[in-house]
Amino acid sequence: MKLSLPLAMLLALSLAPSARAANEADYKAAYAAAEAASKEAAGMRNQWTVTVSALAAAKKAADGGDFDRALAAAKEAEALAKASIFQATSEKEAWKAMEIR
Amino acid sequence: MKPRIPLLLGSLSAALVAFVLTSPGVVAADKVDPVADAKAFQNFFFQKFPNVKHEDFVNGPYSMNEDMKRQWQEKEEFPPYEFALDAGKEMFSTPFKNGKSYADCFPNGGIGIRQNYPYFDEKEGKVVTLELALNRCREANGEAPYSYVKDEMASLTAYMAYTSRGKLMDIKIPDDPRALAAFENGKRYFYTRRGQMNFSCASCHVQSPGERIRAEILAPALGILNAMPIYRSEWSGMGTTSRRFVTCNSQTRAVPLEPQADEYRDVEYFLSYVANGLPISGPGARP
Repeated sequence: MKLSLPLAMLLALSLAPSARAANEADYKAAYAAAEAASKEAAGMRNQWTVTVSALAAAKKAADGGDFDRALAAAKEAEALAKASIFQATSEKEAWKAMEIR
Repeated sequence: MKPRIPLLLGSLSAALVAFVLTSPGVVAADKVDPVADAKAFQNFFFQKFPNVKHEDFVNGPYSMNEDMKRQWQEKEEFPPYEFALDAGKEMFSTPFKNGKSYADCFPNGGIGIRQNYPYFDEKEGKVVTLELALNRCREANGEAPYSYVKDEMASLTAYMAYTSRGKLMDIKIPDDPRALAAFENGKRYFYTRRGQMNFSCASCHVQSPGERIRAEILAPALGILNAMPIYRSEWSGMGTTSRRFVTCNSQTRAVPLEPQADEYRDVEYFLSYVANGLPISGPGARP
């Protein structure tokens, strides 16, 4: 039992930073990263509709002052955009496996 | 030291022989050969569906399912595209403000020529689709272009397709590296996976024709454009080839390209060429 209190305090301290509410700066950084990835995907002619929707959702949440939601949506948009870039890159050669010969 | 020289020479000549033996294979695999591609494409579907008459592939899902085919044949007595067909005929014969008409822009007055589109324009160095040629005709005569995806464009192409019904698709690929590149680019587009669903055109229309995707039966890729434009119950209206490409992209959660983008023109070229010898059946009707 003696160990449990310090352990609990340590746990609380270690979790505290992740529980902090997102602010505008967090959102702006995440949105900029997502937007850059999204532009790269569009440049490869492989933009996904869900990336565009996630970016729009992030902006809408930020405009309403909900930076937690805005940050989450921006991070999702970045992940989707990166997945579409990966797809476009791998498909440069992978499409041949599907070809009827 | 002496034994090393014959060993080195031996290795070099073995490598040279190996290179000579393998290089023709590599060149052949990368060479664009539309004739071989079309033959392989058609054989794939003929072997996959040995009971479907070859000319029946142009009827899409109806060639895959007997019940649907019967329903469609009954519907063809009062086809849903009839209004568009009548409107298209009237539009086609109505002169522009300058007194000229669509007939002045096309070979044979635009009648019975659908099977030759798209074609490769050697002056422009690009594929020209029927929809594109129609809008260019309008603009050359001082008229505003139509939307590529529905309404007027669908009516006009419906009428032009109707005048070609039964004629065999006859797409030419001139001996021009740019035409071969366009064909190859169209092929690449057709087989490339895109969108969050990670689907290519081939995922549905090569790997799964005849299978259901939700309530719909997927059409085979072979002859899929011969029936264009189509009336789709899902759309509650007519749609062009452009509309078909755009909606296919959206359904895979890919942002569609602009209608008549080079990629769409090229994939239309590829799909039409591999359907050479199959009859035009447009305008069509689909669920």
